[in-house]
Amino acid sequence: MGEIEQMKKEAEALKTQIEAARKAVHDTDMASAASGVAPAPRVQLKTRRTLKGHLAKIYAMHWSTDNRLMVSASQDGKLLIWDSHSGNKVNAVPLKSSWVMTCAYAPSGNLVASGGLDNMCTVYNLKTPVIKTVKELDAHTGYLSCARFLSDTEVLTASGDTTCALWDLETGKQKTVFLNHVGDCMCLSLSPDMNSFVSGACDSLAKLWDIRDGQCKQTFLGHTSDINAISFYPGGNAIITGSDDCTCKMYDLRADQEVISYQDAALNSGVTSLALSMSGRLIFAGYDDFNCNIWDSLKGEKVGVLSGHDNRVSCTGVPPDGMCVCTGSWDSFLKIWN
Amino acid sequence: MSSNSNLTSMKRTVEQLKLEASVDRIKVSQAAADLQQYCLQNASKDALLVGVPAGSNPFREPRSCALL
Repeated sequence: MGEIEQMKKEAEALKTQIEAARKAVHDTDMASAASGVAPAPRVQLKTRRTLKGHLAKIYAMHWSTDNRLMVSASQDGKLLIWDSHSGNKVNAVPLKSSWVMTCAYAPSGNLVASGGLDNMCTVYNLKTPVIKTVKELDAHTGYLSCARFLSDTEVLTASGDTTCALWDLETGKQKTVFLNHVGDCMCLSLSPDMNSFVSGACDSLAKLWDIRDGQCKQTFLGHTSDINAISFYPGGNAIITGSDDCTCKMYDLRADQEVISYQDAALNSGVTSLALSMSGRLIFAGYDDFNCNIWDSLKGEKVGVLSGHDNRVSCTGVPPDGMCVCTGSWDSFLKIWN
Repeated sequence: MSSNSNLTSMKRTVEQLKLEASVDRIKVSQAAADLQQYCLQNASKDALLVGVPAGSNPFREPRSCALL
């Protein structure tokens, strides 16, 4: 028993040390540092497309790297592939389990993936004459909340079993399991250089992981409830998180701390999803109150709102070329704005 | 819960905290300056920030000009 008490003391001392080290470099905050930056223009975007086709709540969407196609997932039990320019459906993938929570497009455009309460990540080949299931990645002991392709042979998943995992698509097995969260993992985002990723969980923490050695390198505190959405800032030195505590936050990886919080006393709905504009200046955050608020990432001010959905905005996404933003909702529609 | 697994778990927690404590940190002012620079350098290419001319917007039908 004595040894455990000693370890507990050591852990507390280390936490205090980390807090002090963070304070020591906290010579300003983002908003103060950006006082000299010209404010972002008032952002007024129009709905250019309303994509109708799903018959139930939409839970996830993901853009293809071609900036044109996108995949969406709904609890009507389907993945739909859309041509965003024409607004037409290109493909429909029927799901074995309709309790889907995530979908992803492979960078190559050849594969898509889905997963949810079935605890599995299922990968489909879009290029065979008839869409085929390529693999069922089955090892998580909790729901699949997020999946992302690194390539046609590797997939990263986040799960309600509190772990994230890197899978080999050829063998269908987990290559690396990322263990450290103590709450359901809800979201993940790959770094631009693909060497690391960040995860957000119900333990209100965001963590940075090295993909190859499996280690958690940094842990970010500040949120007071589940982190539902997370994204790397375009340059790769910062991350943005969205939480049930109704705030979004930016954490700088090199300063190892929260540098700005995006919040408003009038906002008391949880953040469900977020996406960044191409330069990182604008944050599009979807909320439970049916809106998507637009934040100036440098100054912390709200600069616009996307209103038009009749239910919770569950997913948002900006394509790689930054030409538009897509919002998906429990009202069963996707909207494209610019 | 065996006291052995508690000890192992605490040891892991301490090792993880040691790793996280050893990170090199830069000043927030430096981090902020770098982030601002990135944003401003890429601002002109950010369609959602600066707008898209109607003619080159793939999501808008180009308006035809009527000569009256």
